[in-house]
Amino acid sequence: MQTVRLAPALLGAALLAAPAARAERLFVSNEKDNTVTVLDGQTLAVTATVKVGDRPRGIVASPDGGSVYICTSDSDHVEMLDTKTLTVTRILSSGPDPELMTLSPDGQTLYVANENDNMVSVVDVKAGRVMTEIPVGVEPEGMGVSPDGRVLVNTSETTSMAHFIDTGTQQSIANVLVGSRPRVARFTADGKQVWVSAEVGGTVSVIDTASHTVVHTVSFAIPGVPAESIQPVGIAITPDAKTAFVALGPANRIAAVDAKTYEVRKYLLVGQRVWNLAFSLDGKRLYTTNGVSNDLSVIDVDGLRVVKSVPVGQLPWGVAVVP
Amino acid sequence: MLQTKLRPLPPAAYARCMAGIIRREGLRWVHQRGRFVSALVRPLVWLAIFAAGFRFVLGVSIIPPYETYIPYEVYIAPGLIAMIELFNGMQSSLSMVYDREMGSMKTLMVSPFPRWFLLLSKLLAGVAVAVVQSYIFLGIAWFWEIEPPAIGYLAVLPALILSGLMLGALGLVMSSFIRQLENFAGVMNFVIFPMFFASSALYPLWRVKESSLFLWWVCQLNPFTSATELIRFALYGRVDWMSAAVVIGCTVVFMAAAVAGYDPGRGLMARKAGAE
Repeated sequence: MQTVRLAPALLGAALLAAPAARAERLFVSNEKDNTVTVLDGQTLAVTATVKVGDRPRGIVASPDGGSVYICTSDSDHVEMLDTKTLTVTRILSSGPDPELMTLSPDGQTLYVANENDNMVSVVDVKAGRVMTEIPVGVEPEGMGVSPDGRVLVNTSETTSMAHFIDTGTQQSIANVLVGSRPRVARFTADGKQVWVSAEVGGTVSVIDTASHTVVHTVSFAIPGVPAESIQPVGIAITPDAKTAFVALGPANRIAAVDAKTYEVRKYLLVGQRVWNLAFSLDGKRLYTTNGVSNDLSVIDVDGLRVVKSVPVGQLPWGVAVVP
Repeated sequence: MLQTKLRPLPPAAYARCMAGIIRREGLRWVHQRGRFVSALVRPLVWLAIFAAGFRFVLGVSIIPPYETYIPYEVYIAPGLIAMIELFNGMQSSLSMVYDREMGSMKTLMVSPFPRWFLLLSKLLAGVAVAVVQSYIFLGIAWFWEIEPPAIGYLAVLPALILSGLMLGALGLVMSSFIRQLENFAGVMNFVIFPMFFASSALYPLWRVKESSLFLWWVCQLNPFTSATELIRFALYGRVDWMSAAVVIGCTVVFMAAAVAGYDPGRGLMARKAGAE
């Protein structure tokens, strides 16, 4: 009798416990209203809205999730937001107009692209200041660092190149020509490839990191959507390197690309002008920031389905996930 | 007037009678292959051709119960299910008229069971067919990426039964009005089309409101809208209580009207007979 009564209780507990694996928080940078929206990863409810500097864009979390770094572009610096107290605790200098940045795997160094002075700033996180500046192409934009932290890739919008930089010597190793107006650079988890999106070119170049050559160019075609609306920006590659997700900007779609055959498996309808992407900590969900519709969409990675879209701030740019 | 005192019929007899009527409706459905196919093809034409042309008209808004952006196919699927039930209700109304012309209704009506019970059995028979058709449609619609959550397939069953009852009861009322089979074309023009188009089946009502407030009110008051919304919410595991209340209320009203309509003593049939 006791077991009979217990069974539903246990089932209920199991159902409640299941989503607990997603105990995580999302930090979304809202470019227009100068805030960061904090959401509960489980309920997707907005738990806080934090005022930050002007025009927050690039956003990355520290490896321990204790802080989030935000490029406040029009304030010309990087802000460090404590994820517990939800206050900006430090200001890091970054060089003018920082937009995109990447954090070294050890969490010690920030590499920031300064769009206006054709430099990549190397910022020491502890000291909070720029240690060196590496000259790159015109209008530097995308930043990616290899999993071992040895190689940095920066894309320059006007030069249409991906610049490979040795983080030890801080010298350029190679320059690879990619599609027009390159945006985001992402390494695969094994570090063997870098995927670079080209906003105007409408393509994604897959670069072999050993030979520094483009091994494949992924292109996109969505029936009924004009080609000029297809503007690849954000890239997220699953840790098992099976699927690469590419945000297609004003096409309002995420392309799920088979990372082995480079075929597009599916286009997923999300909000308007989808810009950047981030995986949940367990890798089962993908979060997308939709700038024009002011919301965040959640994608089921295995099922390739859009599960939900929730409103955030004005012009959401990027998202970082912390435990 | 001589009245025969009847012994009350045992429940088993009621059950057998109802099973017989349901079985007859089921057989009719299976054997009329044309009806079977057309009932299936009709919503699929809407889904495959009509919806294709409007695929992304809804791309800019999120409407409950949906939680994200959906293509148009997903939006109209519940409306098409309601359409299956509407046509089915009208079809059984048509078959009532046919039965009356062929004389088989007399056989039914002289049976010792109360009239309301016979009509209810007829109604349930129609609903059973409609529910099966709806599930077949949902099965095929899955290939158009209309993939509601698993719970939705279960939750939609009561919604299908309720809305099927309402539309079937409406069909019964209609059939008590229609004197001849030829008049059925009028049903298409004056019932099916207006009900279907002035509802939330094909377009969200906020769109209708933008163009005409009057039409929006018409759509709101149309019980077919409630049937559609009841099915739509149920497919996503949610209950639209307002729609449920409207559907249940209308079912009761239509059923009462049908029972009255089929009463040879005072109903519409008597008036009709007098007119002839």
